[in-house]
Amino acid sequence: MIKVEGLTKRYARNVAVKNISFEVGQGEIVGFLGKNGAGKTTTMRVLTCFLPPTEGKASVAGFDVLDQPLEVKKRIGYLPETPPLYPEMEVSSYLAFVSRLKGIPSAEILKRVDEVCDRTGIAGVKHTIMSKLSKGYRQRVGIAQAIIHNPPVLILDEPTSGLDPQQQREARQLIASLSGDHTIILSTHILSEVEQSCSKVIIINNGEIVVSDSVANLHSRRRATELVSIEISGASPQAVKQRLEQVPGVARVVSRDSRDGTPAFEVESMENYLVRPDLARAVVQAGWNLTEMRVVGESLEEIFLELTKSEEAAPIAAAAVAAEVKEGAVTTQ
Amino acid sequence: MRNIFTICGKELRSYFTSPIAYLLMALFGLIFGYFFYSATAYFVVAGLRAQMSGGGAQPMSINDYVIGPLMGNASVVGLFLIPLISMRLFSEEKRSGTIELLMTSPVNDWEIIIGKWLGAMSMYLCMLALSAINVALLFAWGKPDWRPILTGYLGLILQGGTVLAIGTFISSLTKNQIIAGAATFSICLLLWVLSWVSSYNDAPWAAAVAYCSILTHFEPLSKGIIDTKDLVFYGSAIFLGLFLTSRSLDSLRWRA
Repeated sequence: MIKVEGLTKRYARNVAVKNISFEVGQGEIVGFLGKNGAGKTTTMRVLTCFLPPTEGKASVAGFDVLDQPLEVKKRIGYLPETPPLYPEMEVSSYLAFVSRLKGIPSAEILKRVDEVCDRTGIAGVKHTIMSKLSKGYRQRVGIAQAIIHNPPVLILDEPTSGLDPQQQREARQLIASLSGDHTIILSTHILSEVEQSCSKVIIINNGEIVVSDSVANLHSRRRATELVSIEISGASPQAVKQRLEQVPGVARVVSRDSRDGTPAFEVESMENYLVRPDLARAVVQAGWNLTEMRVVGESLEEIFLELTKSEEAAPIAAAAVAAEVKEGAVTTQ
Repeated sequence: MRNIFTICGKELRSYFTSPIAYLLMALFGLIFGYFFYSATAYFVVAGLRAQMSGGGAQPMSINDYVIGPLMGNASVVGLFLIPLISMRLFSEEKRSGTIELLMTSPVNDWEIIIGKWLGAMSMYLCMLALSAINVALLFAWGKPDWRPILTGYLGLILQGGTVLAIGTFISSLTKNQIIAGAATFSICLLLWVLSWVSSYNDAPWAAAVAYCSILTHFEPLSKGIIDTKDLVFYGSAIFLGLFLTSRSLDSLRWRA
């Protein structure tokens, strides 16, 4: 559905995207992951024909962004980083305006507007002027304008940024509900979002693709050992530690400070061992209370940080430390 | 065609959903009304005086004394107010990011530009329409010749279109409405007074400079003379303004 080959985008002073290639198949939801300034927005702008590529090719549904931009634009719904709303317009007349822009026949416009309003949950604010909408509603109106012409491809630039947790969850559910009929690319720097809503991840760093893989595959890339955080009450820490170390497959047990004085540990397994069931059994058989047990270090977060760790990162961190030290020195004076 | 009307309609509506339209129309109505009052009052007094001095050989023409000067005044008022119409056209979209919506919709650049320019033109026409009330009064109590009035309005429309086209272009260059408005006003004022050159210099270059003045081409129209060269001048100036806008929009893509 989307095909990018050797795409490079150079601005006057810097290169935003360097020679990236990827493909997105029909119906896939792809998470575009990267730090701020990594080149996510630039790539999306090339795909939506807002910016032309400096080198390389990009095509949507078989149409090249340079040769047939109108055909590409017809097939894309785009939510830019800031939803493109006219503050003085009412939601319904704005959506009607967008439908006309997208070429929906006049007779169908009212129906389409009602449909997307219901789908995005903005029917209640249909006759509100957009300058009076809250951030969450603006984002929804932004999504509504992107899907109004029922495009096969949706490109959403940070659809959940700036929303509160409740709204983020709603936005994610909304995106998930769209997944059936649309191919979706969404950019974000929130990793849990990708884990929850995407089938595929493209991690981009400094304008280059670091990883392009399915979420499941990414998880299996992590090390084969398991790291478990465990909290036990009703026993002395020493006794617990001793007992845990005897569980088969456990390589190491480290005591950890806990909030309220209950003994807490981090247990690392040997390679290719799943130790959680045995740990639980051991604790229960000893008559202790197992208050918490969870796996740590399994999230995309770590993988992401690992992969985007760039060569410059070290000097920058050093500089930051230096700055901090300097600041400290100033304050102590 | 549909896209042009869509954008034009949206522009016109956004003038009327904000105070801009009402403010501009009120200001124009007020200033034009004052000019109208002054011109007719002077005409009446001058007419009485001519009658009392007993001559009355030539009846005074209301077209020469009232309508001609009025059209000239209206074009000056327009010069001040039109930049206020055009300044927001693109700069507002660039500032708020809505330009991304327009440029990623299946619409050609020239459709956006012409739509916006037509929207601004419609706004200007609404403003101009207010002056028709005053002119109608002349018809109610006098017998003015309607032909110079029509050409006068044609001149105002063409001149307004030119200033709006220049304003559209300047508005596409900046995110800041104030800058767009001020630059449009200055450039149009300059284009206006270029005609002065010919009054103190008769070298060929001076004639060429004076030709570029929007005033040079307005005067014949306000007196009822339709000359092809004036129409060509306005037509090409409007085209140039809109063409430059399309180049400027395109450069948004390449410069970034």
